Amino acid sequence: MSILINKDTRVITQGITGKTGQFHTEKCQEYANGKNCFVAGVNPKKAGEQIFGIPIYASVKEAKEKSGATVSVIYVPPAGAADAIWEACEADLDLAICITEGIPVRDMLVVRNKMRAKEAKGGKRTLLLGPNCPGLITPDEIKIGIMPGHIHRKGRIGVVSRSGTLTYEAVAQLTEIGLGQSSAVGIGGDPINGLKHIDIMRAFNDDPDTDAVIMIGEIGGPDEAEAAIWCKANMKKPIVGFIAGVTAPAGKRMGHAGALISGGADTADAKLAIMEECGFTVTRNPSEMAKLLKALL
Amino acid sequence: MKIHEYQGKELLKQFGVTIPRGVPCFSVDEAVKAAETLGGKVWVVKAQIHAGGRGKGGGVKVAKSLDEVRTYASQILGMQLKTHQTGPLGQKVRRLLVEEGADIKKEYYVAALTDRGSQKVVMMASSEGGMDIEEVAHSTPEKIIKVFIDPADGLTGDQATQLAKGIGVPDASLAQAVDTLRKLYTCYMETDASLAEINPMILEGGGGIKALDAKFNFDSNALYRHPEIVAYRDLDEEDADEIEASKFDLAYISLDGNIGCLVNGAGLAMATMDTIKLFGAEPANFLDVGGGATAEKVTEAFKIMLKNPKVKGILVNIFGGIMKCDTIANGVVTAAKETKLSVPLVVRMKGTNEELGKQILRDSGLPIVSADTMADAATKIVAAVN
Repeated sequence: MSILINKDTRVITQGITGKTGQFHTEKCQEYANGKNCFVAGVNPKKAGEQIFGIPIYASVKEAKEKSGATVSVIYVPPAGAADAIWEACEADLDLAICITEGIPVRDMLVVRNKMRAKEAKGGKRTLLLGPNCPGLITPDEIKIGIMPGHIHRKGRIGVVSRSGTLTYEAVAQLTEIGLGQSSAVGIGGDPINGLKHIDIMRAFNDDPDTDAVIMIGEIGGPDEAEAAIWCKANMKKPIVGFIAGVTAPAGKRMGHAGALISGGADTADAKLAIMEECGFTVTRNPSEMAKLLKALL
Repeated sequence: MKIHEYQGKELLKQFGVTIPRGVPCFSVDEAVKAAETLGGKVWVVKAQIHAGGRGKGGGVKVAKSLDEVRTYASQILGMQLKTHQTGPLGQKVRRLLVEEGADIKKEYYVAALTDRGSQKVVMMASSEGGMDIEEVAHSTPEKIIKVFIDPADGLTGDQATQLAKGIGVPDASLAQAVDTLRKLYTCYMETDASLAEINPMILEGGGGIKALDAKFNFDSNALYRHPEIVAYRDLDEEDADEIEASKFDLAYISLDGNIGCLVNGAGLAMATMDTIKLFGAEPANFLDVGGGATAEKVTEAFKIMLKNPKVKGILVNIFGGIMKCDTIANGVVTAAKETKLSVPLVVRMKGTNEELGKQILRDSGLPIVSADTMADAATKIVAAVN
């Protein structure tokens, strides 16, 4: 088992014909069961064509109907990315993974509120991962996104992070000391996003094949604190926690649009403190995340 | 992206919010002339910098004669204005706003911003206008009223009335206050602002509602669709090195320490800075070279870091994913040669083509120290600098 995706997941790629979409689709196809998993692409202007043997359809809805896929990955450029998310949602997919970085916050606000309104009216809930995220991977089964596949090993540790390369760092540390991963999930660095730490922690808690989790956060926003409070009451598995940005100055956007200290509660120190209170094994040394986790098993 | 008060007021005016009459000025003579043109007996001379707390720092003066306008304008223009937001060196004042005096009966606070938790726009209002809102939030949080807005609905009349009544706007002025709030919301949404704040919004003796100040911040992801906002950009208010870095698509922020660091990925970059501190030194900067770093980009990144005279050593931390370690290693070697690097350099590389990358560094003939982990790299660079 794993969370959200496995070798049987079938994926539509939105933005498959762009440079980024092409590059990563090929890498995803090459990884584990990827050849069987990536079954459709979307581009209204190129419908009927194929790329890497993958048929291109005019819309997500058509791609879903013809291919049976239930998940999409989005590489559409920022100006059209929120519309692409909404298209995935309107097609009633289970999960849309948006890799795109640089989507205007207002566009995300509008689409997130539309998604909620649809659910409130009894419509199907489409989960969103990202935007501005590396995607997610279930090692040896499927990779959806831009992470380097070869650093992963199949195993029983979950990883969740807002940052791409920091996720890879945690994964590589685990792999190096012989601990594989059940799934590794990048939830993205934007202020308005879909799945949050709390959602991924809940999924790892429910996954019988995950024994422990590394949860990585950064400055800005309330998400890590909310996840920590949930974990204190519900999480049955050990967690190692790290928050990046102890040295980040307030009021400055640190690369990620969402990595911005705007009050007293969203500093790295405040988040580390609440995670520790909630029973996480926290560290201020990101080089020892995996080592600490091993000691907890 | 931030803008000046007078630019914010121009925006508010475009959206129908009432503002005092005023003129932006770049010289003392212009300021006196502006006061003459405005007429009246009282003027306000306001320093225009991208930081709050200008009044407390001596950057806002009320003049009761044209001579006083001249005196205050010459005092403020060119001064190094220090506020709690400028840092210890302050910010040089290059622009003024000369405005007609206002008849203030009551000051309120109103603002629009995006709430991450609820994923709604939040409009906040308080009866405690003119104060530092963070202080109000801390000491008397009950005096801040908030409404949460679904962009599909916009700020409803009921919500705006709730805010205006909640902060004690008298009945006679309620309609104009509600109107001002709704226009502020529209302005916030249509300009892709991340903050639109009027502090204070005033009630005049005659019952009118006016915006006496304007503070805006804009979502940089949305600037591509707002050339009118980009035109407001004032490069004098921004860090020169950060501007230079942005030309090469590098995310760079100067800090106070002496270890320069170059990293791929924002989270890893912060983690690297934190590790430097953990091992006893302070980072000189945040620098994310992004996913597609080339040798040219790495060289530019080195040049920008080395402009900072405080930098006594450099730590490069790269996680090679799609970007390969050997590509980065070549970039680092080129950059070190081109910049005639004279400070210690520690490189930590992990991931795709790691060994190849390390070999390139070894073969370069340069005194580059390799490290295996972030902790190892931080230990080595701190030792080399001390």
